[in-house]
Amino acid sequence: MYKYILRRLIQMIPVLLGATFIIFAMVYALPGDPTIGLCGERPCPAAFVAEFRDKHGLNDPLHVRYLTYMGNLLQGDLGTNFRDIKVVDELAQRYPVTTKLAAMAILFETVIGIIAGVLAGIRKGKFIDNLVLVSTLFVISVPVFVIGVSLQYSFGLKWPIFPATVGSDATVYRLVLPAFVLGSASIAYAARLTRTNLVENLRADYLRTAIAKGMSRPRMLGVHALRNSLIPVVTFIGADFGGLLGGAIVTERIFNIQGVGGFLFTGIRNRDPVSVVGTVTILVLVFLVVNLLVDLLYGVLDPRISHD
Amino acid sequence: MTEASTIAVGAEAGAPTGGQADEGRSLASDAWRQLKRNPIFWVSVTLIVLFIVMAAVPQLFTNVDPNAAVLKQARERPNANAWFGRDIQGYDIYARTIYGARASILVGVLTTLVTVVIGVTMGVLAGYYGGWLDSLVSRITDMFFAIPLLLGGILFMSTFPNDENSRYLVVVGKVVLVMAVFGWPSIARLMRSSVLQVKPNDYVQAARALGASPWRIIRSHVMPNALAPVIVVSTINLGVFITVEATLSFLGIGLTPPAVSWGVAISDALVALRTTPHILLFPSLFLSLAVLAFIMLGDAVRDAFDPKSR
Amino acid sequence: MTTTETTSRRRAKTATGSEYHPQDGLLLEVEDLHVEFHTADGIAKAINGVDFSLNQGETLAILGESGSGKSVTAQAIMGILDMPPAVIPKGQIRYCGQDLLTMPAEQRRKTRGPEISMVFQDALSSLNPVFPVGWQIAEMFRIHRGMNRSDSLERAVKLMQRVQIPAAKERVKAYPHQFSGGMRQRIMIAMAIALDPAVLIADEPTTALDVTVQAQIMALLQELQEERQMGLILITHDLGVVADVADKIAVMYAGRIVERADVYDLYRQPAHPYTKGLLESIPRLDQKGQQLAAIGGLPPNLMHIPQGCAFNPRCKFAQDVCREDRPTLQLVAPGRESACHFAEEVLNG
Repeated sequence: MYKYILRRLIQMIPVLLGATFIIFAMVYALPGDPTIGLCGERPCPAAFVAEFRDKHGLNDPLHVRYLTYMGNLLQGDLGTNFRDIKVVDELAQRYPVTTKLAAMAILFETVIGIIAGVLAGIRKGKFIDNLVLVSTLFVISVPVFVIGVSLQYSFGLKWPIFPATVGSDATVYRLVLPAFVLGSASIAYAARLTRTNLVENLRADYLRTAIAKGMSRPRMLGVHALRNSLIPVVTFIGADFGGLLGGAIVTERIFNIQGVGGFLFTGIRNRDPVSVVGTVTILVLVFLVVNLLVDLLYGVLDPRISHD
Repeated sequence: MTEASTIAVGAEAGAPTGGQADEGRSLASDAWRQLKRNPIFWVSVTLIVLFIVMAAVPQLFTNVDPNAAVLKQARERPNANAWFGRDIQGYDIYARTIYGARASILVGVLTTLVTVVIGVTMGVLAGYYGGWLDSLVSRITDMFFAIPLLLGGILFMSTFPNDENSRYLVVVGKVVLVMAVFGWPSIARLMRSSVLQVKPNDYVQAARALGASPWRIIRSHVMPNALAPVIVVSTINLGVFITVEATLSFLGIGLTPPAVSWGVAISDALVALRTTPHILLFPSLFLSLAVLAFIMLGDAVRDAFDPKSR
Repeated sequence: MTTTETTSRRRAKTATGSEYHPQDGLLLEVEDLHVEFHTADGIAKAINGVDFSLNQGETLAILGESGSGKSVTAQAIMGILDMPPAVIPKGQIRYCGQDLLTMPAEQRRKTRGPEISMVFQDALSSLNPVFPVGWQIAEMFRIHRGMNRSDSLERAVKLMQRVQIPAAKERVKAYPHQFSGGMRQRIMIAMAIALDPAVLIADEPTTALDVTVQAQIMALLQELQEERQMGLILITHDLGVVADVADKIAVMYAGRIVERADVYDLYRQPAHPYTKGLLESIPRLDQKGQQLAAIGGLPPNLMHIPQGCAFNPRCKFAQDVCREDRPTLQLVAPGRESACHFAEEVLNG
């Protein structure tokens, strides 16, 4: 087990290096002069530009800059952006907001997705099954930003049950609508996955054994069928975490949430490579760690998977 | 490519678990029989054909110029002249929705093709040859997989933004390129695992023992038996790519005017959501229907190939 | 576990009062059982009027090819048919005089395990992959006897020892995939006998196993059956498997019993052409060099069972009467029943 974790962590190093380099290269290929706009309306004086470029190491070749950057990263320094804000500090403020948003989205996924999937699965072919199948298809097909803007309009403005925007005070209540929007497609996928697996497991031989053992239907479903059916769902929800982080950019923009996604988008808009690379690096790191945790969890849930 | 040929390819593929070639063929004809009976399959195929025709020859559906703005009639509700009404700029929404199919379908189809080519190649390399090549390819796959599709798309498109003078194909090409770059890893992983399932089968081992060249074994034994899951997932992915393109457009960095696309139209309509929701409705509806059609087709093919689901 | 211990346990159980008491040792009576499968392609008539009975301490083997209805019969008795598509339009299955088919669902559920229990063919897929084997055996005590976790696990270890699983104490927490095929089947058996059922149904219990292991499992089943005086129903397609174990044999074809006899009589002199064919298709050491006689043709399509005798298209004795008139099970000699117009010829030929 520990060997497995160690091996995975070692494998993670080249992946993290590669992924961050891809990001680094992509972002620093940004054309344009980063000093534009720093000196008001006029272009900056040549001396300022030279000093600026020197300070931020913009004259070094790409790989040197990358190595310097990774060196700093190891010491917990994500750099200072062109507006003299330390990226680490900014992220430290914004990460809790996005984490809360993503956690609530995952909660919705788990609770709504699994309940809907189970209801559909045990009533296969009945009304509730068709309802779940059709509504999840609908949610999957409509782009998340259309869902987001429509829900914001309906429940934020027309019938103001929830606040339309979140702003600087991201309470749980204010995040309900955005989290639901962020998780919507995944709720649908989780529900369909639960249903498919449940239907398959209900036909499994060991469930026939369960009946032959004289088990009651609730125990059969709740203990024997569900346990097996949820293994792939748990994996999906974990693996989906990366998608949620990407989707947060859209959701945070629609609902004006001061989270990582919003910071990233502003960074891109303002041609602020330091903020962008820093944010994405951390996102990728979180994604990789979560994936490792999911794989470990998989081994715990399914005894047939061995991590030795 | 027509649907029939897609299915034919899928049909020959068989499931990766299929034992002999014989079994594969009966499974394939079985799957096709199953598909023919499934109304969802026919609905999705009809929709897809419709959208493809719309993308190829929009003139068949409308003779209104999608770029002819009548500012005076901007935000007009649906009426006899403009069936879907007019948008903020005064464009005819019906015409723009019809012409918008081209960008979405083009992006979806091209991206899918590129991801399949890269993904299958990488997957076969890793799965069939194994060893250090597997480690190398798998790590490269992981690197790209670690960057979520949308995130990668946003980064790339903001680094190489379009402007109004960009040529149509360049604009579309960029979107395809970035989605392909960050979209192939899932196909590669899938292909790798399905090759690993096929490889130990007797018919592959027999071909190796008879001294067939690796290329021949891959082409005539491994590929046909390992490709079915890839076809299913790619079909569904096609819908996903269409959505991502729209999302990028929504963020203002995907396709940009003058390109006519559903994503651009939706993005423009959001401004006027409160007063004139019909502007949002029609492009959203078409986009969702297209995505839906590909998802349903993928589902139907999967069900047909998976005897367990019957 | 010694025999005295078991007998005392049996007595104790009777004392605490099972609601079911066999009359004159008669445990199970199946009467005119019909089972159909309603599918999109039509109605498949899997069982078309099956009668038999089972006594305490008796072993009945039900023999037939796949599609003969032998497994469906077992599943109907156990109550594990998927309904729909399965439908039981007619018939009774009486356990100690009470019809299982008309019994309230909850009451019937409580018979599964303590009264009637079953061993399946493929132990790997029949055991839940994500729970330890000991837990799965212990579950019997927990759901039917309300025992707590540790007591029930203790009982599970004892059962695992009883079915001769080495190092049972250590392996009680292992998962099904960590056992060999034979050991898994022993676990299935341990689970099935956990509550000391009166009837044990074994559906092809050895088909998935190696030949050497097959014999061990059959021996174990026989031993347990004698020790606990269970009624044992052995479903198989393999005559060789049941020869030493069974008392009576019922041969099934196209959803009907076509021959019924004591095991010795049937082996010596079959009274139905189908049984004869089955026997002739077994390789024998004393007839080296002779060609094996397989039965020609295929088992019938259950959606279109042939008119008259269902076996007539494959039968070398078939005459016109066989194509028109379906023979019923008739007494052809003492203790011998056969459903064939030419039973006597077969018996004497």
